[in-house]
Amino acid sequence: MNEVSITAADLFTVSPIIALTATGFIVVAMGLWGARLSKYVILIVTLVGIGGAALLTIQLWDANATAFHGMVVCDNYALTFNLIFFAGAILSVLLAFNKYEESYLLYPEFSAITLFATVGMSLMASTTNLLIIFLGLETLSISLYVLAGIKRTESHSLEAAFKYFLLGAFASAFLLYGIALLYGASGSLDLKNVSAIVAESNNAGSPLLLFGSLLIFIGLAFKAAVFPFHMWAPDVYQGAPTPISAFMSTGSKAAGFAAMIRVLFTLSASAGTVADLTTIFSILAVLTMFFGNITAIRQKNVKRMLAYSSIAHAGYIMIGIVAWNETGASSIIFYLMSYTFMNVGAFGVVSYLGSKSGEFQQIDDLKGLGYQRPFVALLMSVFMFSLAGLPPTAGFIGKFYLFSAAVKTGHIALVVLGVINSMISVYYYLGVVVAMFMRDSEEERDYAKKTPVVALSLVLSMISVLGIGIFPSYFITTFQRLVSFIL
Amino acid sequence: MNFPILTVLTFLPLLAAAALILVPRDQDKMVKIGAFVASLLVFVLSLQLYFGFKSTADMQFSELYSWIPALGATYHVGVDGISLFMVLLTTFITPIVVLSSWNAVSKNVKGYMISMLVLEAGVIGVFVALDLFLFYVFWEVMLIPMYFIIGIWGGERRIYAAIKFFLYTIMGSLLMLVAILVMYFYCGALTGEYTFDLLKLQQVGLPLGYQTWLFLAFGLSFAIKVPMFPFHTWLPDAHVEAPTGGSVILAGVLLKMGTYGFLRFCLPFFPNALADFMPLILTLAVIGIIYGALVAMVQPDVKKLVAYSSVSHLGFVMLGIFALNTQGIQGSLIQMVNHGLSTGALFLMVGMIYERRHTRLISEFGGLAKQIPLFATFFMIMTLSSIGLPGLNGFIGEYLILLGTFLQHQTFAVFAATGVILAAVYMLLMFQKTMFGKLEKPENQSLTDLTAREIGLLVPIVIFIVLIGVYPNVFLEKMEPSVNRLINQVEARQANTSHSDQQDLAAGFDDRFHERSK
Repeated sequence: MNEVSITAADLFTVSPIIALTATGFIVVAMGLWGARLSKYVILIVTLVGIGGAALLTIQLWDANATAFHGMVVCDNYALTFNLIFFAGAILSVLLAFNKYEESYLLYPEFSAITLFATVGMSLMASTTNLLIIFLGLETLSISLYVLAGIKRTESHSLEAAFKYFLLGAFASAFLLYGIALLYGASGSLDLKNVSAIVAESNNAGSPLLLFGSLLIFIGLAFKAAVFPFHMWAPDVYQGAPTPISAFMSTGSKAAGFAAMIRVLFTLSASAGTVADLTTIFSILAVLTMFFGNITAIRQKNVKRMLAYSSIAHAGYIMIGIVAWNETGASSIIFYLMSYTFMNVGAFGVVSYLGSKSGEFQQIDDLKGLGYQRPFVALLMSVFMFSLAGLPPTAGFIGKFYLFSAAVKTGHIALVVLGVINSMISVYYYLGVVVAMFMRDSEEERDYAKKTPVVALSLVLSMISVLGIGIFPSYFITTFQRLVSFIL
Repeated sequence: MNFPILTVLTFLPLLAAAALILVPRDQDKMVKIGAFVASLLVFVLSLQLYFGFKSTADMQFSELYSWIPALGATYHVGVDGISLFMVLLTTFITPIVVLSSWNAVSKNVKGYMISMLVLEAGVIGVFVALDLFLFYVFWEVMLIPMYFIIGIWGGERRIYAAIKFFLYTIMGSLLMLVAILVMYFYCGALTGEYTFDLLKLQQVGLPLGYQTWLFLAFGLSFAIKVPMFPFHTWLPDAHVEAPTGGSVILAGVLLKMGTYGFLRFCLPFFPNALADFMPLILTLAVIGIIYGALVAMVQPDVKKLVAYSSVSHLGFVMLGIFALNTQGIQGSLIQMVNHGLSTGALFLMVGMIYERRHTRLISEFGGLAKQIPLFATFFMIMTLSSIGLPGLNGFIGEYLILLGTFLQHQTFAVFAATGVILAAVYMLLMFQKTMFGKLEKPENQSLTDLTAREIGLLVPIVIFIVLIGVYPNVFLEKMEPSVNRLINQVEARQANTSHSDQQDLAAGFDDRFHERSK
C-alpha cells in the first residue's frame, strides 16, 4: 500500500462507474456550452451513458475482480445491484420529460446529478471497504439533496431538500461513528479483514463490534427508510419533483440495503453479529411495517401515500434480513428489483398525468380516470396490485419469496405479522383503484396528453412488473447463485 | 390426449379478453358478441372433458411443466371426479352470464366483458390447479375481476361491498399463504423433495400439531369463501350490490371454490385435525343452514332473500363434506352443482324483473303470474328446484347429504332437516307474495313477459335441473371413484397415524428448521 499504482485491470473493473461519471461531466459541459441544445439531446446522451455503463457491467459478469487493492469489489452481487440502479435511473430520467416538469426543470443539471447519484449507489454496492461505503453514501446523499431541491422556486421542494439534508447529515455521522468503532475494534477498514481479525482474536461478542455494526446499520437504515429512521421520507417524497421521488425511493433504498447486506453478511461470517441483532431487527421490521402501513391509510396525497408505503416495504425487506440465510439475501435483491419497477411506475403515473398548470397528486384527483384515460388507469392498477403483493405481478413473487425465506428459518410469527400488514396495505392501494374506476369525477380534468417519453417509462415498468411476476425463475436462480458467492 | 385441453380452457378466456382490449370502446355490440362467442367456445371445448373422462379416481388430462424451479413451483393441472363438474359448471354458467348482461350492462361494456372473461380464466385455473403455488396464484387473480365487477357495475353501496368482499377474502387467503409455505418447508424437510405438488404433499403425514394450525389457516380461507357462519357477512352485501351477472357467477361458481377447497385440500392434507374439528364444523354448518333460512324468511328484498338462502344451501354442502362418507360427499358435489344452477337462475330472474321494474322489494309485486305467465313458470321451476322437490335436482343433493349425515351423526341430520322445511317456507311464501294474489300495482300491469333471449338463457338451466333430478347417475358415476379414493385416503391416514411417532419426526424437523445457513 505504499505506492499508488493503477493498472488497466483496475480501471476496467470500475469502468461502469467511470462511464457514468464521464457522461455526467459531458452533460454538464453540454449544458454550459450548448445553451440552446434540445433537452432530448441531453436525454439521449444520458441514456447512452447509462446504457453503456450497463453494457460494461454485463461485460464484467462473472469477473469477480477486485480493484485498487481490494477497495472496490466487482462481484456479481455488485453488478446485479448496478443493473437495478441503472434501470431505476433510466426509468426515472424518462419520467422527467412530462408537461409539468418541462416548465422549470434544468435538464443538464438534472441528468448530470442523477448520474452522479447513481455513481454513489454503485459504489455502495461494490465494496467491502467501509470508507468506500461512506464515500458512496455521501456522493449519493449530496446528489439527492440537490435533486430534492431542484425546483428552486417552490418552497415545498426547498423544504424537502433542507429536511433531507439535516437528517441525512445526522445519518452520515452515525455511519462514520460506526466505522470508527469497528476500526477501533479491529484496526482495519476492510470488512473482510475485520471479520478475519475478530475471528482470530476470538472476541466476537465485543461491545465495540456490536455497537459499531449497529451504528453502521442505522446510517444505512436511514437511506432505506426503516423505522424509526424514516422521518425524512414522507416530506421529501412529497416535496421533491415526482421523477426524483421515484428515483430516490427506489435507488436509495436499494443502495442502503445493498450495503447493509454486505456489511452484515461479511461481519456475521465470523463475528456472529446478526445472530445477536436478530431480535432488534425483527422488532424493527414489525414496527416499520405497521408504522408505514397504518399511516399510509390516512393519506390523501398519492405521493405521500407512496412514501409511507415505501417505509412499509422497507419493513418487508427487513424480514428478509431477519431470516438471515441465502434465500433471505436473494429474496431481498429480488424484492428491491421488483420494487424499483413498481414504485417508479406508480410515481410515474402521477408524473405522466401532470399538465403545465400542475400535478394531480391527490387521490381524489384520480377520480374517474378509468373513464377518461382507461389505459393509464389500467397501468396504475397494475402497479397498485403489485405493491399490494397480488399475483401475477412481481410484487407478489417478491413478497412470497421474502416470506418463504423467513418461514424456512422458522420465523413464522414474523411472517404472520407481515401478512397482516399486507392485508392492511391492500386497503389503501385499493383506495387508488376505487378512485380511478369506481368514483365519478365532478369535473373534466386536463390531464396531460402525448408525453411519449414518459409513457415509454410506464410501459417498460409495467412489462417488467408483469414479466418478472409471471416468469421469475431466471432471476431467482441467478440471485441465489450470486448470493452464495458473497457469503 | 395430447391436446392440452385444460390449458386451453384456462387461457382461452384470457386470450379473448386481451383481444377485446383492442376493440374500440364504442363497439359495444362487437364486444358482447366476441365475449359470448369466446365463452361459448370454451363451453363447447369443455364438453370434451365430460365425454373423455374415464370413471376412475385418477387425475386426468394432466399437464405438467416446469415453471419456477427455484421455488419448487410447477405448472401442474388436471381434473378428477371432484373438480370435473366444477369446471363444467363454470364454463356452462359463463356464457349464460355474458348473455344475461346483454342489456343490463350499459356502462363500459368492454370493461365488464373483459372482467368476466378474466374471472372465468381465474376460476377454471383454481379448479384445475394441482400445484399449491399455481392454485394460490389463480385464487388471488380471480379476486381482482370480481372486485371490479362489484365495484364498477354494482348498486348504490357497491364500493363498500367490493372492498368488504376483497378484504374478507384476502384476509383468509394470506393466512393460507403462510400455511402453504409452512407445509412446503415442512414436507420438503421430511421427504427431501421441496415441492408444491398437491399429489405429492398429500402423501406426507403431518404431525397433529402442525395439522391443527394448518387446518385452521386453510379452513379459515375456505370458510370465508363458502361462506360458513359466522364468516358470511360479506356475502349479502356483495350479492345485493353486485350486478346480476356478478351475483350469478358469485353464487354459481365462486362460492364453490370454498367447498372445493375443503374437499381438495383440508380433507387429504389434515385428516387427523379433521377429526378434532369435525364437531365444530358440523355445528357451524347446521347453524348456517338454520340461521340462513331464518334470516332469508324476513327479507323484504328478493335478492337478499336468495343471498341468505345461499348461506343455508352452502351449509348443507359443508355438512355433506364432513359427513365423510360416499353419500355425503357425492351429495355435496351434486348440491354444489345444483346450487350453481338453481340459485344462479334465481339471481338471473331477479335481475330480469329488476330490469323491468327497478325494484326488488317483495311488497312491490303481487299477482305477477297473470301478467307474465312464462316468467312465473320458470320462476316456479327454479323455486322448486331450490327447495328440493323430488324429480328436480335439489332433491337428489339434499337427500344424499342428509342420508350421509344420518349414517354418521343422527342429531346433526335431524337439525339440518329442519332447514329443508324452512327453505320451503321462505321460498314458497316469497313466490306466493310476488306471483299470486291480485295484480294491484299499476306499474306491474304493464310488465312484459320473457323475451326470446331470456328464455334461451333459462332453458339450458332447466334441462340440467331436470336431468340431474331424474337421472343423476350421469353425474354420480363420474364422481364416485374419486370420492371413494378421497374417503379411503382420509380413513387410512386417520387409522394409521399414531401421534407419538409423528411428534418425534416433528422434533427432528424443528432442529433442521432453525438451522441457520452458515
